[in-house]
Amino acid sequence: MQGLRDALHQLRYYPSALLGLVIIGLLVLVSIYTVITMPYSQAIELWRAGEQTWRALPRTAPPAWLNWFRREKLPETIALDSRRGQAARAEKPTQEGKQITLLYVFEYRADDFPSEINLFYDATYPSKPPFVSILWRTPDHREILIGEFSARPSGSFRFDQDEALARRIRRLIGDLPVSVGLFTVPNSQGAPVPLKGSYQVEVRVLGFEPQTTFDAELVVYGKVHGLAGTDHLRRDLRIALLWGAPVALTFGLLAAVGTIFMTVTIAAIGAWFGGLWDDLIQRANDVVMMLPFLPILIMIGTLYSRSIWVILGVSILLSVFGTAMKTFRAIFIQVRSSPYIEAARAYGAGSWRIIFRYLIPPVLPVVIPNLIILVPSFVFLEASLAVLGLGDPVLPTWGKVIENAVANGAPYRGQYYWVLEPAFLLMITGLGFAMLGFALDRIFNPRLREM
Amino acid sequence: MSISTVGLAELRKFLRASWAQTTLIQLARYTVIRGFTLLITVVVGVYMTILIANMGGYVDQIRKAEIREEIAIRVINDPAMRMHSPEDRLRIIEEQARLEERRLGLDQPFLVRSAYFLQNALTLRLGFAQLMSSDSGSRQVQWILIERLPTTILLFATADLLIFFFSVMIALMLSRNYGSWLDRAFVVLSPLSAAPPWFYGLFLIVIFAGWLRLLPFGGLVDAPPPPTFPEYALGVLKHMILPVSALFISSIFISVYSWRTFFLIYSSEDYVELAKAKGLSGRAIEYRYILRPTLPPIMTNFMLTVISLWMGAPILESVFNWPGMGRTLYQAIGLFDTPVIVGATVIFAYLLAITVFVLDIIYAILDPRVRIGEGGQA
Repeated sequence: MQGLRDALHQLRYYPSALLGLVIIGLLVLVSIYTVITMPYSQAIELWRAGEQTWRALPRTAPPAWLNWFRREKLPETIALDSRRGQAARAEKPTQEGKQITLLYVFEYRADDFPSEINLFYDATYPSKPPFVSILWRTPDHREILIGEFSARPSGSFRFDQDEALARRIRRLIGDLPVSVGLFTVPNSQGAPVPLKGSYQVEVRVLGFEPQTTFDAELVVYGKVHGLAGTDHLRRDLRIALLWGAPVALTFGLLAAVGTIFMTVTIAAIGAWFGGLWDDLIQRANDVVMMLPFLPILIMIGTLYSRSIWVILGVSILLSVFGTAMKTFRAIFIQVRSSPYIEAARAYGAGSWRIIFRYLIPPVLPVVIPNLIILVPSFVFLEASLAVLGLGDPVLPTWGKVIENAVANGAPYRGQYYWVLEPAFLLMITGLGFAMLGFALDRIFNPRLREM
Repeated sequence: MSISTVGLAELRKFLRASWAQTTLIQLARYTVIRGFTLLITVVVGVYMTILIANMGGYVDQIRKAEIREEIAIRVINDPAMRMHSPEDRLRIIEEQARLEERRLGLDQPFLVRSAYFLQNALTLRLGFAQLMSSDSGSRQVQWILIERLPTTILLFATADLLIFFFSVMIALMLSRNYGSWLDRAFVVLSPLSAAPPWFYGLFLIVIFAGWLRLLPFGGLVDAPPPPTFPEYALGVLKHMILPVSALFISSIFISVYSWRTFFLIYSSEDYVELAKAKGLSGRAIEYRYILRPTLPPIMTNFMLTVISLWMGAPILESVFNWPGMGRTLYQAIGLFDTPVIVGATVIFAYLLAITVFVLDIIYAILDPRVRIGEGGQA
């Protein structure tokens, strides 16, 4: 115990160990924060629910803080919902029913154009669907008719997919995509520049029955989003990146602790009892060393189960045996003949007591750094399997984000944030544990350790 | 005096002969025991792979269901069968399915079948792939595997040789200048090796292929392949730069670190001190007193590296789209093509066992401690 405390005091003299500790501490804090603010069920819902949940987010948008480093600011998403009172509502009765007018007003200050514009609406009516028309007013007081349609109970009007609107834009403004044309001055020379100022969107709903109600959300999708950006399905990457931390820590720590604990215990049992047990353990060790690790894990993943817990169990079982087992066995055989073991035997200690009280504890200084150095390899193992498409089917993890990014060609399309964010987090996690482990190794084993 | 000289010579001769004899007997016994245990190890390892790849017999159930469904559809759609009553048709389906299962050997219990599988695998009759075929169109597992071997060897041999020689050379230099800033830099950077090669591969792709557009994203050569050989070779070389760099970056630091520690242990031996005291040059000390006694572990390490070439690296090869053994294995697993998986594993197990065996024998010849019983070495 005293030795352990001394060792921890010595950590002060190793800047890399301190950095490692800070990183691990931060990761633990982030994990606790994540699990408290965004419980498991909520995270799964946000990550897996479907288009409805993330419809107001832009597609493959890089993080918003990218704007700090850019002279030309990219737009952020503007979402205005009449249900939340973000539109001026006017209702007046008509002969047959009533007219509802929703007026959306927003300031546009970005130096680039939005990526899309959509209007999501919900309408209720006894039998006759209301008639909707949308008008667009620019800061320079032009008025453009966006579209007219008969409302369904629930639906959307997608500006960029409307053929009639595209034709109108081509005629009025120039050969430009809809969400570019609506934000620029007609027939301007050179590359289109967004017109900054106050825009208005008026939604006029002609109801044919007095009971008619109508609500709508106008979304002007930006080109950046939040802290982490979004993926190809409009999902906020923040969820996966945050949840990746507890998953990676749990997987890495459990696997490392499980592996090392079992390796040490089995090696000690073999070395202490000797004879048949020792032979059996050594032969089992040889067999497992002959099995190809990753292919077996891939087989388990494809054929049996992709659950992270099954993979965790199998990777522990496969890593228990190996060169580490041989190293520990050699150490235990040396320790076995020390005088204090003889003394323990003389006072009548049982085999198990000797193994757990006298054989294993002196080896802990070798075990602890090993354990910490093992953590990153398991964190990366989980990511590796995810990149192969064998990640847990439900949990959002860093590896899965990388897999999604690579599968959707992010590195080829310049969507670097999508690959680099999870990769950076993996790197930081791996480095944190590795730096601490290497420093501990040097503290606990001042004599150069034999290979 | 002459008698005593003769007697001494006789005695020496006798001793030498008996020494040689006991050595030979020890060596032979050691070889047989070691060979036998390794063989058992290979058998058990291969059998476990067969069990896992067949899902403990579950793959047979899937195949039986497939056969039944196929035959049922064929019989129901056959106009000639219309005249039979539904009961008769059911009987015909049953009968034909039984025949088909018998033809494929599926009527036997999986345990018996797995014994056949084991026998075939151990005698290297790798059989036919279920779905995959080689680029030249062969369904034989051996051709599928052999076709992929050159590309994997090209990539990994290049990377591993570079890593091996660079790390040994750098480590020797560092152990000579223990504590210099370069030495400390390598110690500080060694945690970088915690990340696997594909991980650095992604960064390299993003930087050199995506951003700078200097090197290709992946693949073996440009499409269409260049017509002349020099151009083709140059194209392959260009495609190799990024994967080889990824492999290199991911293991050079830890490799240098561990070799350096290893050399440091040996350079603090007394005989090295003595050599220094004698005034030998640094180079002579390195080669004669540090490298020579450390040669066996260096050889072991090198041999194990060479064997690991066989499996390639499924993920790195997938990320770089490199048509090698690793990617083939990954595809085979995705297609449930058990013959290919088992074939690759069996060859790997054999290569590993043979290498371990050869190394053991060499050690036993060189180091008497090894062959006299179990002491330490396991």
